[in-house]
Amino acid sequence: MRNSKVVSLEEAIRRSGLQNGQTISFHHHFRGGDKVVNMVVDKLAQMGFKDLKLAASSLSDVHAPLVEHIKNGVITGISTSGLRGALADAISHGLMEEPVVFRSHGGRGSAIANGELKIDVAFLGACSSDELGNATGHGANSICGSLGYALPDARYASHVVVLTDDLVAYPNMPQSISAADVESVVVVDSVGDSTKIAAGAIRDSKNPRDILLAKQAAKVIINSGYFQDGFSIQTGTGGASLAAVKYIREEMINRGIKASFALGGITAHMVKLHQEGLIGTLIDVQSFDKVAAESIAVDPAHREVSAVEYASGQHLGSATHALDIVILSALEVDTDFNVNVLVGSDGIIRGAIGGHQDTAADSALSIIVCPLLRGRIPCVVPHVTTLITPGPSVDVVVTEYGIAVNPGRPEIAQRLKEAGLKVVPITELAAKASSIIGKPDPLPFGDKVVGVVMNRDGSVLDKIYNIQ
Amino acid sequence: MMFVPGNNPGMMADAHIYGPDSIMLDLEDSVTMAEKDAARLLVHNALKTIDYGKTEMVVRINPLNTPYGKKDVEAVVKAGVDVIRMPKTETADEVRELEAEILKVETEIGRVGETRIMAAIESALGIVNAYAIATASPRMMGIALGAEDYSANLKTNRTPGGAELLLAREQIVVAARAAGICCFDTVYSNLDDMETFRKEVELIKTLGFDGKSIINPRQIEVVNEVFTPTEKEINKARAVVAAIKEAQAKGSGVIAVNGKMVDRPVVLRAERTIALAVAAGVISEEEAL
Repeated sequence: MRNSKVVSLEEAIRRSGLQNGQTISFHHHFRGGDKVVNMVVDKLAQMGFKDLKLAASSLSDVHAPLVEHIKNGVITGISTSGLRGALADAISHGLMEEPVVFRSHGGRGSAIANGELKIDVAFLGACSSDELGNATGHGANSICGSLGYALPDARYASHVVVLTDDLVAYPNMPQSISAADVESVVVVDSVGDSTKIAAGAIRDSKNPRDILLAKQAAKVIINSGYFQDGFSIQTGTGGASLAAVKYIREEMINRGIKASFALGGITAHMVKLHQEGLIGTLIDVQSFDKVAAESIAVDPAHREVSAVEYASGQHLGSATHALDIVILSALEVDTDFNVNVLVGSDGIIRGAIGGHQDTAADSALSIIVCPLLRGRIPCVVPHVTTLITPGPSVDVVVTEYGIAVNPGRPEIAQRLKEAGLKVVPITELAAKASSIIGKPDPLPFGDKVVGVVMNRDGSVLDKIYNIQ
Repeated sequence: MMFVPGNNPGMMADAHIYGPDSIMLDLEDSVTMAEKDAARLLVHNALKTIDYGKTEMVVRINPLNTPYGKKDVEAVVKAGVDVIRMPKTETADEVRELEAEILKVETEIGRVGETRIMAAIESALGIVNAYAIATASPRMMGIALGAEDYSANLKTNRTPGGAELLLAREQIVVAARAAGICCFDTVYSNLDDMETFRKEVELIKTLGFDGKSIINPRQIEVVNEVFTPTEKEINKARAVVAAIKEAQAKGSGVIAVNGKMVDRPVVLRAERTIALAVAAGVISEEEAL
């Protein structure tokens, strides 16, 4: 067609004017199936680029090939929400000279919007695009639904390249990424492994501990004072989180209560409640499974939002500001209610901040659900290994040994006690964990900073040191 | 009563959080020969170090005629177990032999008479001797059916309806009641079929059992739901108890509630209903008075 933006990847890179030392960006909507990051960085290495800064919305196991590009000096800086697998392991051991900058999803959105994180060239994978760059999370080869985390990049990057394996006729509308923001379109063999991009609905957990935690979390919500007609909720994808939705649903039906909206990563469970009329609107920054990805394409009350609209702390009116209840997980919670979701008890990075900081801070009621013990690892501890979500924004911690309520929220503790729930001081939970497991040896951290954890307001919350 | 393999520290560490009335740590069938010693040590230390709260702790030992049985008794009595479950019990003499072993260890540690015995009956001979077994020792707190071995011994198979177990179940309930001790039904192993499990729990409740053996925390809710009296049953029981108290105060022997005559069995049932409601936590002890 006239004015087609379709070019080869190499040509798109050349046209972008990318220079050594500049920042490239990616989104993580293709999850473990992503092929875009590795494909683009391979090409950049081949073209001789060095000293690039990689700003991804998140990185996972599939990005292990970046280790070689870091060793070769192609990538010298990373910012992301999370790291996992071999890449995380190598970085935890001191692979990079420049610390990785970790931001929450809302924090990244804000940083991009206010120029703190300046993106020179965004390489955004899409499940379909037309020749002008109208791109979506739905295509013939794969679907990922919402492209919410890619939208700030599309809007604010100096140069935007869309990569797709399904080039469709203009107009590809309604579009997630607008052609107005796109400079080049690259057609590739495959943007990702469709089976890993959007798996079928996650099955209900049969793990008795998950079920126990879920029931307790549901009881906390139901008796918190926030479980009223028109309430709003966000949950994660963990077994306990999803199971909690089941019990909340039953109680919504029993009491004739409906939710105004559900937010965040949207799952098949939330879609089901929405279709049953129990949830008004689904506000979707990331569609977690195939059911959610399909729903957003056809249901007018299932809306895509950008990371900024979702959870920016610096934009009044982001959806988290209207959120009543959030259920979150944790690797560790400490006796000041601080939460770590990023660094494992072995000192190795193995998680992602995600929307944890954002939703905990902005919601009316934040509930952390985590087992007291994971095998031999205590999850309620005197001090978190790494501070991700500050204690003042955490209201309730649900474990299988009891529920702890932040002393800053005495009214919630009172309501839960009146409902007959076992409310205990968080110090008691930490003592219980310690009595069963003992005191772990301190981790052998070195003195090299390998990661910096940003707060959503742009300040530094904590540093991660290399593990020896 | 929840069965937990005695060689699985992860499951042993927090089995009580799911709220079973009792936990049976198993040293017998779920532990292979090679792991018998390690499991015994684990169970001993679990009993000594883990705070199981109010949960009654039971250990199923290996039979005394194996190389492990006596060592098991020593290890768990020294760790302060509440109840020893003796597997494959066939005669009253076997119970008395266990009693002697327990006494020997208790005497050594100065804790005489604290350890109680539950006998699992898992053969035709055991069923025939059920009453003798149930009354073999003052330490006897209950008898239980082990259905897999029993049905194999009968030369039949397990069926969903449990027809093959009918006599054994009734015999165990009758023997336990005659002896004044508790009785517990066998396990149901198919975790994916909660409906059949529920029917089985309803059946054994009707037969008179005090409880059900389970193999997974997911089964607890069903057992509790079946055994917990309904609000209607509780209210009816309270009316009966209130009426009998009023009658006793007036010195009258025979009473009527809602036009029906209430005699002693009705009162006993009402008292049991209230006791179950208290145990299930649906009413408090004060409310039961």
